[in-house]
Amino acid sequence: MTSTTTAAVQYAHATGVFKLTFLLILLPAIGAAVLLLGGKRTNAWGHLLGCAMPIGSFVIAVIEFFALIGRDGGENRQLDQHLFSWVPVAGFHVDANVLLDPLSICFVLLITGVGSLIHIYSIGYMEHDPDRRRFFGQLNLFVAAMLLLVLADNYLVLYVGWEGVGLASYLLIGFWHHKPSAAVAAKKAFLVNRVGDLGLSFAVMLMFTTFGTVAFDGVFNGASSGHARTGTMTAIGLLLLLGACGKSAQAPLQSWLLDAMEGPTPVSALIHAATMVTAGVYLVARSGAIYDVAPHARLLVEIVGGVTLVMGAIIGCAYDDIKKVLAASTMSQIGYMMLAVGFGPGAYAIGILHLLTHGFFKANMFLGAGSVMHGNNDEVNMRRYGGLRHVMPVTFMTFAFGYLAIIGMIPFSGFFSKDKIIEVALDHGGASGWIFGIVAIAGAGMTAFYMTRLMLMTFFGNKRWPRDVHPHESPKVMLVPMAILAAGSLVLGYLLILGGSLQHFLTPSVGPSLEVGAHTISPVVLSIITLAVVAGGVGAAWWIIGRKPVAAEQAPNVRPYAHATRRSLTGDAVNEAVFMRPGQYLTRALVYFDNRGVDGIVNGFAAGVGGTSARIRRVQTGFVRSYALSMLGGALAIGTTVVLLRVGS
Amino acid sequence: MHTGFPWVTVLGVIPLVGVVAIMLLPRAQEAQAKVVALGASLVTMVGSIVMAIAYENDGARFQFTQDYNWIKAFGAHYAVGVDGIALALILMTTVLAPICILASWHDGDRPVVDDEADEDARAGRGPRLFFSLLLATETLVIGVFGALDVFFFYVLFEAMLIPMYFLIGSFGGPRRSYAAVKFLLYSLAGGLLMLVAVIGLFVAASHQLGTGTFDYRALLAAIDSGKLHLSHGEQAALFLGFFIAFAIKAPLWPFHTWLPDAASEAPTGTAVMLVGVLDKVGTFGFLRFCIPLFPWAAREFAPWVMVLCVIGVLYGALVAIGQKDLKRLVAYSSVSHFGFIALGVFAFTTQGGSGATLYMVNHGFSTGALFLVVGFMATRRGSRLVDDFGGVAKVAPWLGAVTLIAGLSALSLPGLSTFVSEFLVLLGTFTTHRWFAVVATFGIVLAAVYVLWMVQRTIHGPVAPAVEGFKDLSLRETWVIAPILAVIVALGVYPKPILDFINPSIEQTNSIVRDHDPVPSVPELSQTNQVDTTLNIDTGIGAPIGSSN
Repeated sequence: MTSTTTAAVQYAHATGVFKLTFLLILLPAIGAAVLLLGGKRTNAWGHLLGCAMPIGSFVIAVIEFFALIGRDGGENRQLDQHLFSWVPVAGFHVDANVLLDPLSICFVLLITGVGSLIHIYSIGYMEHDPDRRRFFGQLNLFVAAMLLLVLADNYLVLYVGWEGVGLASYLLIGFWHHKPSAAVAAKKAFLVNRVGDLGLSFAVMLMFTTFGTVAFDGVFNGASSGHARTGTMTAIGLLLLLGACGKSAQAPLQSWLLDAMEGPTPVSALIHAATMVTAGVYLVARSGAIYDVAPHARLLVEIVGGVTLVMGAIIGCAYDDIKKVLAASTMSQIGYMMLAVGFGPGAYAIGILHLLTHGFFKANMFLGAGSVMHGNNDEVNMRRYGGLRHVMPVTFMTFAFGYLAIIGMIPFSGFFSKDKIIEVALDHGGASGWIFGIVAIAGAGMTAFYMTRLMLMTFFGNKRWPRDVHPHESPKVMLVPMAILAAGSLVLGYLLILGGSLQHFLTPSVGPSLEVGAHTISPVVLSIITLAVVAGGVGAAWWIIGRKPVAAEQAPNVRPYAHATRRSLTGDAVNEAVFMRPGQYLTRALVYFDNRGVDGIVNGFAAGVGGTSARIRRVQTGFVRSYALSMLGGALAIGTTVVLLRVGS
Repeated sequence: MHTGFPWVTVLGVIPLVGVVAIMLLPRAQEAQAKVVALGASLVTMVGSIVMAIAYENDGARFQFTQDYNWIKAFGAHYAVGVDGIALALILMTTVLAPICILASWHDGDRPVVDDEADEDARAGRGPRLFFSLLLATETLVIGVFGALDVFFFYVLFEAMLIPMYFLIGSFGGPRRSYAAVKFLLYSLAGGLLMLVAVIGLFVAASHQLGTGTFDYRALLAAIDSGKLHLSHGEQAALFLGFFIAFAIKAPLWPFHTWLPDAASEAPTGTAVMLVGVLDKVGTFGFLRFCIPLFPWAAREFAPWVMVLCVIGVLYGALVAIGQKDLKRLVAYSSVSHFGFIALGVFAFTTQGGSGATLYMVNHGFSTGALFLVVGFMATRRGSRLVDDFGGVAKVAPWLGAVTLIAGLSALSLPGLSTFVSEFLVLLGTFTTHRWFAVVATFGIVLAAVYVLWMVQRTIHGPVAPAVEGFKDLSLRETWVIAPILAVIVALGVYPKPILDFINPSIEQTNSIVRDHDPVPSVPELSQTNQVDTTLNIDTGIGAPIGSSN
């Protein structure tokens, strides 16, 4: 328990260049508004505006980043800008503020940087789509919402960004909404996220009843004051985790992410790999002050991370759809991040480190997959690929960088970030440290296996293209962003870890990194063990897939566990049996009950009255005859009440 | 006795002037009725906005008041005026009215009659009647919100039914007679109970105060000062009389079954007027009468009322999921939303009450938008059945887009107005009745189900054969829907102006039933010594952290 050692959180007022923070959000928001409301008029230049807005935000972000590191250690690096009073109710004031601090600037740079590259890539990728303008509008909407999420200085504004990215995700998964599969996948993503959002809602309410505020500084100071009950803090931690599970596709709310691959591939790269799905990790890291005093909640974060890490890796081994393999891999990698932030004080920065490197190499690989699809008539089945390295050399090279990064090959970025997580897990000590450490190492081996399988099936081996497909390299507008991301996949990890720079930088936001007395296993030995396991995974993949030609069709008869894996470890079947079927029966029963039961009583009563009124009708004739009946009843009722009240008083 | 400019009277009279002007139109120019109605309603809207600007948030409880003797024999007055709550609702009414009129542009032209050859049946039912009735409804609703005399309120409350009855019964869909009569009988039954309670209140007041009065402010002052002391039994009886009338009007579960019939048979603009505006009188009545006049009974009954609300929230949403008819789906979603509103009202917290009042305003626009887009689609397709649609967004992208936005506001997407009010309601309930709030919050998942499943089956997916010829939004339709959506977005981003005048009135209303809002268990750091026990957050999982130090 290190809760009370944390200094009180205090945000400085934004001055100078930091007063531009709101523009980060406003620019892409304007872009979205113009492109979505402007209609066909904006078709000609829509994609250019769509790219200009996130690039503009990126430029501001870079300026602010340097201004931020220009403030030395003594100065406050957490700058809060008041915009307007949003919800002013007695006892509950929520302001629309933006908070620029080391944690948020990391995300802002990732979102606007990778986001800008993906926007540029989309110019080429979506060139032949008649709705390209709408695509850019919705992508801008996403960037704005995601920036709002990470720049909020309180949980309610964060919630707006949180559901805002959910909306953008819904719109973009369902971008080709005339396809039933896309429409269903979009709805599923939103609904599963709404279940997670329940957790976030409850957490915000509980914060309010506990601390009387939902602003970060008030909640964090209250949490570290030691006056809140551990039970309350655990509850808040678990509820936030539920929200995080929904957004970050962690077990048990992971099922939507694979279906989300119905969206255009740039969307998968930006939203469902690099940024939005990592928002859950952000939430946990941002709420570090709460998790610091809620060890039980932290343990569950670790468990969720560990389970999803393995689950995603297993699922990744089974799919032939290149995007679904990458999606499963995203689940698994976010599991690593969750695991890291679950270790609490000192480890939050490690989770963010992997988040940033993953943002680069996974976006890189998704764009690579998009390039492969672009050259193969939108084919996603890897059994129809093979030998593509000859016809798509640039795509192959950039993809290879991402591949080497994700399997953690030295000196690619994933090596640094993943090793750190394994190290933190083992140093954590105790049974959980050992279990999760071993899980993390095993996960590295499995990652190597399924990613090597993907590489072999796509770029190596026998050519299995259908006769009418002529694979070709993509245009430069797509290749350049891929190349930049590939460079990031190579160097980013080393740069961020140089002298513990990222950890040091993030200290004001997530607390200092812990001084570890002695490592459980020396980092060098650990790296060698991990690399050996990775090599084992690569070798196994080559042994199983690389030695012989791949069949162009999936083998239909497979063992039960493979069958289950192909069906995402039966997650969908569980959803169907537990929620959808009973839900359908319930709604049908209630509709019947409402028509026959509730309304039946009413109609029965009315029929009774109607009988009476038929008799009265002989005396009274009028258009609204029932009115007359009511007046008669009214007179009687009034008389009765008057008498009763007189008797009573 | 009056204060300030008599805005309520003026706003009430403008639509009536419109009615007279329409009546004077010769038959040959009856189509001009639309223009007159639209003009009158727009003037009313501008007037109400000026009134809102003139209203002082920190001023007297009731402003722009007027008070004249009406029926001396039993002390009935023509007394009107607004507090922040009434002001918000009048604003909503007058903004929605021109939209409803524009949406109903062709609804009065050729009403459906049972016998197509019977031109006589159709003769009296042209646009003149239709738009007169709509304007009359607006006048009566403004009067109901502005009334400060219990008897005057009652008269308007009942009178409101008459134009609505004729609008549904004369211009509605195929089952309009059944729906109109059901609506009328249901409302009359409730009104009857209220009449009994109104008279009961009068009798009790005349006993204790010497002279009987219907003057709302006088009654309030007498109850507050203890001059008028109603026994628990009296409070309970009178509370229930008012409550049931309002619960039918709102409608709360299980008094809701008239709503799907009435709302689905009414012409679109009328349905908006009915569900968006008229029904708010019910939830307004809770705040205006049930709570301040009978505080003991309100406290006693609150948990039971909240049970009804929570059931309504989930039940309405679940039944909405199962609907095959688009308009009935929207109607049931409103049952769910009214559950939220009443939940916030009976939570007796500032957040709950302000949230509920803001919810009333937002629901008017949100459900209005949903009824309108559903109406647009039904008019094109000639059917209201969900299964008859598909792929609308592909054929008519703007129609698809506005449908989606209206749906998103129904599921309370953050950033849109409904989110602010729904969250405030849940938060305000959570602080006093945690488990009611927790259960009700599941309604937000169900709302997502009924909205998005509807969207998936109507505007997404492959284009259904009958949808292929769909035209996109016409200019008139754009003018109908765009202002509503603009309000929904504006109030979602910046609800402060409305909240600022609602808030003080809610605090005054709640102060009668409760001393103060619950305080947080861990207040500001400087005050940590005075940990309050009113709000015990102990979940039983562990001991306070502080105790171990």
